[in-house]
Amino acid sequence: MTQTSTAPAPPGSSAPAPRRGERTRRLPTWAPWAAFLGVAAVVGALWPVLDLNAALFVLYTVVLGTLAVYLLTRAVEGSRRATDRLVTCLVVSAFGLAMVPLVSLVWEVVSRGAARLDGEFFTSSLVGIVGEGGGAYHAIMGTLIITALTTLLSVPIGLMTAIFLVEYARGRLKRAITFLVDVMTGIPSIVAGLFAYALFAIFLGPGIRLGVMGAVALSVLMIPVVVRSAEEVLKLVPNELREASYALGVPKWRTIVKVVIPTSIAGLGTGVTLAIARVVGETAPLLITLGITNATNLDAFDGRMATLPVYAYYQLTQPGVPPQFATDRAWTAALVLIILVMGLNVVARLISRFFAPKTGR
Amino acid sequence: MAKRIDVSDLNIYYGNFLAVENVNVSIEPRSITALIGPSGCGKSTFLRSINRMHEVVPGGRVEGKIVMDGQDLYGADVDPVDVRRQIGMVFQRPNPFPTMSIYENVAAGIRLNNKKMRKSDLDDLVERSLRGANLWNEVKDRLNRPGAGLSGGQQQRLCIARAIAVEPDVLLMDEPASALDPISTLAIEDLMADLKERFTIVIVTHNMQQAARVSEQTGFFNLSGVGQPGRLIEFNPTEKIFSNPDQKATEDYISGRFG
Amino acid sequence: MSSTRTTPPSRAGTGRSVRRPGDRVFAGTAKGAGILILVILAGVAAFLVVEAVPALTAPAEEIPGDGGLASYVAPLVFGTLLAAVIALLVATPLAVAIALFIGYYAPRRLAQGLGYLVDLLAAIPSIVYGFWGIFWLAPKLVPLFEWLERTLGFIPLFAGPASTTGRTMLTTGLVLAVMILPIVSAISREVFLQVPSLHREAALALGATRWEMIRMAVLPYGRSGVIGGSMLGLGRALGETMAVAIVLSVSGGITFNLISSGNPSTIAANIALEFPESSGIDINTLIASGLALFVITLAVNVLARAIVNRRAEFSGAN
Repeated sequence: MTQTSTAPAPPGSSAPAPRRGERTRRLPTWAPWAAFLGVAAVVGALWPVLDLNAALFVLYTVVLGTLAVYLLTRAVEGSRRATDRLVTCLVVSAFGLAMVPLVSLVWEVVSRGAARLDGEFFTSSLVGIVGEGGGAYHAIMGTLIITALTTLLSVPIGLMTAIFLVEYARGRLKRAITFLVDVMTGIPSIVAGLFAYALFAIFLGPGIRLGVMGAVALSVLMIPVVVRSAEEVLKLVPNELREASYALGVPKWRTIVKVVIPTSIAGLGTGVTLAIARVVGETAPLLITLGITNATNLDAFDGRMATLPVYAYYQLTQPGVPPQFATDRAWTAALVLIILVMGLNVVARLISRFFAPKTGR
Repeated sequence: MAKRIDVSDLNIYYGNFLAVENVNVSIEPRSITALIGPSGCGKSTFLRSINRMHEVVPGGRVEGKIVMDGQDLYGADVDPVDVRRQIGMVFQRPNPFPTMSIYENVAAGIRLNNKKMRKSDLDDLVERSLRGANLWNEVKDRLNRPGAGLSGGQQQRLCIARAIAVEPDVLLMDEPASALDPISTLAIEDLMADLKERFTIVIVTHNMQQAARVSEQTGFFNLSGVGQPGRLIEFNPTEKIFSNPDQKATEDYISGRFG
Repeated sequence: MSSTRTTPPSRAGTGRSVRRPGDRVFAGTAKGAGILILVILAGVAAFLVVEAVPALTAPAEEIPGDGGLASYVAPLVFGTLLAAVIALLVATPLAVAIALFIGYYAPRRLAQGLGYLVDLLAAIPSIVYGFWGIFWLAPKLVPLFEWLERTLGFIPLFAGPASTTGRTMLTTGLVLAVMILPIVSAISREVFLQVPSLHREAALALGATRWEMIRMAVLPYGRSGVIGGSMLGLGRALGETMAVAIVLSVSGGITFNLISSGNPSTIAANIALEFPESSGIDINTLIASGLALFVITLAVNVLARAIVNRRAEFSGAN
């Protein structure tokens, strides 16, 4: 116990140095698990007494189990390690808690939506449908058309803005645009819808509903997403490649078009796909710019159009009598929407995996 | 093809910062000129100002004159893009285009500039350039494979082939062998000896033996302190620099007393 | 031959002297796109103002509810803030815990996949959250509300009478909390990952347990990032429309009672519910309320970005 000992010093003033005996007293690794199992068994045994359901069972087990682990560790290993274990339990439960909505939501939508996931849903509209049958052909086509239009509007603007920010802009203008793109990311979707409505109402008169209005509203939401992701990706292109191209006497714009963009095409594709996934499920702006219709309208420049999210909303909230058939259609529409969004997410990941340039470095 | 470069009263700036001061030098055609000096002394900056690559960096600008066979490279009506077509460059780290095959990399100077060329002529050009870079025999069977799949030394020779495919008058090399192993370095040095028959070559190197081995003329850059501009201290035939330099600083540097 | 630094030659090459037409056109187009962003944002504000003016100048009795614009918008603003604040209070600690779990507790090989699972929550369309909220969550919360009324009824928040459908302000706040969880946890995760490993290793080398290391090195470093991230989440929650429109049972005005069936609506949900059936001055009123929402979210987002960006500068310097 001399001061000149070469052994590593115990943690200074923050905690008292544990004595030899205490340091070696550790719980075996299975002990926390065993504690939880034991608590689960006890709670399970009390099930009839406490009149439990599955949710309460899990709740009691997690809370009491965490408490048991804490007390056990405190008794054997001391309070510092007990706090550590407590936090571990809390953090893991938090993650588990966050998975509850995800799992229950997917389960709910799949089990309720599967009933009407049939051929008729994809091939017929709601014209002349009262009660059973009918589909969402018109709404699915509407969503595809509006999304395509939105992409057509947003990608060129977003990509060119990203190119401007990465390759050209500097100083105050760059900071201003970067900042405003960030701010634009936070515009509520309903406000984007109001903007599109106000824009068209001023020129074409109030009460107007057009497909293209929805595309404008969605573009306000999509452009900043495209800009941000494209910016990140373009920044990843090594400067060496730009310089190699300049040194061959290639003008800057050709360098961007033929070297920078091809090199980052996988990332750009991923970013655009994710941006599409973000707007394809938007409801609020379409509700106030496109409205809803039961018939198929494929002309984005003439009158109301149905879209899948708005269709789902109205089928759920204004189902008619009896409500069952419309509610079923609403859930199937929600399921199709989720499949669409998840599908786009998967496609995005595939793009980034398979189209990335083979650097081999 | 090879051309002579005369530099007079050249100051190079990054924004308001004077990086290199008052360079006066004449670079001979069909020879290799080496630039040596400690890190941060401005030799790469000077090299990049010769083909106006310096301006690519925000705030990069120069004062003074660089004349190539009577043509003022910094004249008011001169397009930097045209300058770079006449003065090629090879970089420290090999940088083949990752999206392109070996063939496309060599043809990049033609293709990226949308020059029209018959397929057979382009094939000839690619073969000629790869032969010129001593790479043809190693890659002739896999011209359509990605250029990034080659070894480091091969990649660097691919970049040289790419640079000479646009048939420049001058070739600038910024520490072309510093990222390579000794055998690849030797291959690059041999290649330079061949290339100087056709091009004016300026090479920046950290490796004094390399400068002594390959070059006819050597310039020594130095700076008096951090934040001070770099200067061309001495420019003389390589033999003289390495045996009997005019300046004390040059001798100190070469004998390894600093740097 | 003497160099004169002070008098630059007249034809100093600045790179601006000659530019090819292609370069000029391309750079101009790119700049145009960038400036278009500014124009769009200004346009959003301008058009909303133009369409809101009739409501701002109209006599009080023409505004729905006959009490004038302020008394029409006030309960909506209150409802918007209340729902968003509940969401924020629930989501922030959860999100921080999740970020810690993914960053420091989960096995390395699983961490990325688990992060992807949390991000999936962000991918689900808000209308689907509405479906889930009204059909799954709300009924399951009814017993909890009854219990809250029985045991904590003396607190005004839980005064009751408890809703029998579960479509309450508290339910709405919880749905919003789930919806903003991914963004808050993503930003927290990002700043936690930026904690220099030197700090973390220093803490561990002192003999700290994992939690002590997190408390000493990670949380102080990531604090402003967490604040910024949760404010971005707040911005989302303020503007969230469809989930609220579907889940919340709206009637009555300002109240702090979180578990009854009489709740103020939120601005966004109110627009979605009323707009399709409105015309004339009612539309202008809704747009005026949308303008209020725009201003509120703008302020929150600007503040949040300022905090997050300041964080970024710090980490760059370190």
